[in-house]
Amino acid sequence: MVSEIVENQVDTTQLIAQSVRELSERLIRPNVRQWDEEQHFPADLFRHLGEQGLLGMLVPTEYGGTGLGYREYVTAIAELARVDGSVGLSMAAHNSLCTNHILLFGNETQKQTYLPRLATGEWIGAWGLTEPNTGSDAGNMRTTAVRVGDEWVLNGAKNFITHGKTGHVAVVIARTGEPNTSRNATAFIVERGTPGFQGGRKEDKLGMRASETAEMLFEDCRIPDSQRLGEVGDGFVQSLKVLDGGRISIAALSLGIAQGAYEAALQYAQERRQFGQPIASFQAIAFKLADLATDIEASRLLTFQAADLKDQGKTTTKESAMAKLFASETAVKVANEAVQIFGGYGYVKDFPVEKFYRDAKLCTIGEGTSEIQKLVISRQILK
Amino acid sequence: MKILVCVTSVPDTTTKITFTDNNTKFNKAGVQFITGPYDDYALARAVELKEKLGGTVTVLNVGEADTEPVIRKCLAIGADDAIRVNADPTDAFFVAEQIAAIAKENKYDLILMGRESIDYNGGQVHGIVGELLGMPSISPVMQLDIDGDTARIVREIEGGKESLEAKLPLVLGCQEPIAEWKIPNMRGIMTARTKPLKVVEPTSKDTLTNVSGYELPAPRGNVKMIPADQVETLIQLLRTEAKVI
Repeated sequence: MVSEIVENQVDTTQLIAQSVRELSERLIRPNVRQWDEEQHFPADLFRHLGEQGLLGMLVPTEYGGTGLGYREYVTAIAELARVDGSVGLSMAAHNSLCTNHILLFGNETQKQTYLPRLATGEWIGAWGLTEPNTGSDAGNMRTTAVRVGDEWVLNGAKNFITHGKTGHVAVVIARTGEPNTSRNATAFIVERGTPGFQGGRKEDKLGMRASETAEMLFEDCRIPDSQRLGEVGDGFVQSLKVLDGGRISIAALSLGIAQGAYEAALQYAQERRQFGQPIASFQAIAFKLADLATDIEASRLLTFQAADLKDQGKTTTKESAMAKLFASETAVKVANEAVQIFGGYGYVKDFPVEKFYRDAKLCTIGEGTSEIQKLVISRQILK
Repeated sequence: MKILVCVTSVPDTTTKITFTDNNTKFNKAGVQFITGPYDDYALARAVELKEKLGGTVTVLNVGEADTEPVIRKCLAIGADDAIRVNADPTDAFFVAEQIAAIAKENKYDLILMGRESIDYNGGQVHGIVGELLGMPSISPVMQLDIDGDTARIVREIEGGKESLEAKLPLVLGCQEPIAEWKIPNMRGIMTARTKPLKVVEPTSKDTLTNVSGYELPAPRGNVKMIPADQVETLIQLLRTEAKVI
């Protein structure tokens, strides 16, 4: 016998995609409709995602994460979202926003304290920037943090926060300077159970209904200075960096939703017969499918380009925004056309595409609207 | 405990089956291959036994280089190392010969595999391996516990179950619910990259059987709806057309 030892130094992305797809098909797909109708946030599933290593994908192994890169991370998000956008969204928000903010800007004690719990799914993370009156205009935020001795006193409200009620810990950006001045915001880590901090109203949403979106309320919430992330005044700059990565994850979320809607439409178009033949044999439907497949492929290339640049340590402000803009608009278009291909059956809940249609719309809004992405891109190309 | 788990690389269960070469070869183009589902259960139990009793799990596949993604997944699930016999698995005897050759070299306590592959569904390999190695072969095993050098086994029989005890070493064909289904986690996938995969050449390349042709079942006909008040028509059609009564 001739033998040789071959080390399996191959691209692991394919195996990650397969594993997350298998998990999604077994544990998520059977529950999608019920979770959507009941607006149920599947906390048990999240503990399982933690065990699988999906909640600390970007966190180095010394902090209990899996130490993977953005390429692997976006692969996993897209596979989850292909089955249920809500799960993809919650997983992305947990990884990219709360966990990543602490990873990027936390001191060693903060990293040691929070990252292992977040990476294993023992704790779910939230991230609070948006407020009722300031979405994209974050410089004008009303939530304030005032220093009193060795403590900070937080007052105000954040809304549209993923895991705002059930999150065990939140990174909160509060104004520490005058409105509309530079460097006027600072980031803090606030644990659930801290007096003066509570979850508020849970939103009743159009889509992404299994992902919890809620208010976070602060009323004379006192936290020690040791919970401050980075320097006073750096909160907004930190947030923009966190969002650069976050936008890649929303691009991946969009890609997964588009893929799920497209696969459903592709299958249906080949099975549904009218006038004695599958509707896919009509050019009107076949060309629609060709357009959708092409747009999805373009989304995939933009998303993976941004991920690869991020993995190389490069600034991805423009590429992240481009990927998020194109992939999210594509998700809305694909879901819309998928409903059209399904016809009347696309409009009822017995088939999956109406949910993709509702879920997709979040992607052009969350973590910066399409209009804000264009602002970001134009500032990058006109500077 | 030294365990060998033999796995197959088979078309995904949703594959649309087509043939080439005048219907003598399965058309692999565009097909997603997976680990045989029964083999997955065998591997999952092997990993559970290793965690409980210590030892090693080696994965063995008889297949060409394109089966390596399936092998890598097995390493990610928890096998320690893998062997690929570099050959097209032409028939059950050929595959069993290769497994037996590896087993003779390495002296395993347990040789586990699925009760059958889900492509050609021969269900013979475990029996032939047992014969070639001179050890008992038991299938389909749905429960397996090890107590010292004794295996306590429950196997499915027509309409019921049979409980058995047998001394190691053994060859077992496995099925659910022998273990909890395992999906590789991220850490497993990363560690699998550096686990050894040994490629060996087959003991012989003789082909003992040749496939003359494959045939798919006839496409299902259209459903004929008979109104509830026309029972006689229904009975007549069941007699003359469906010929089932």
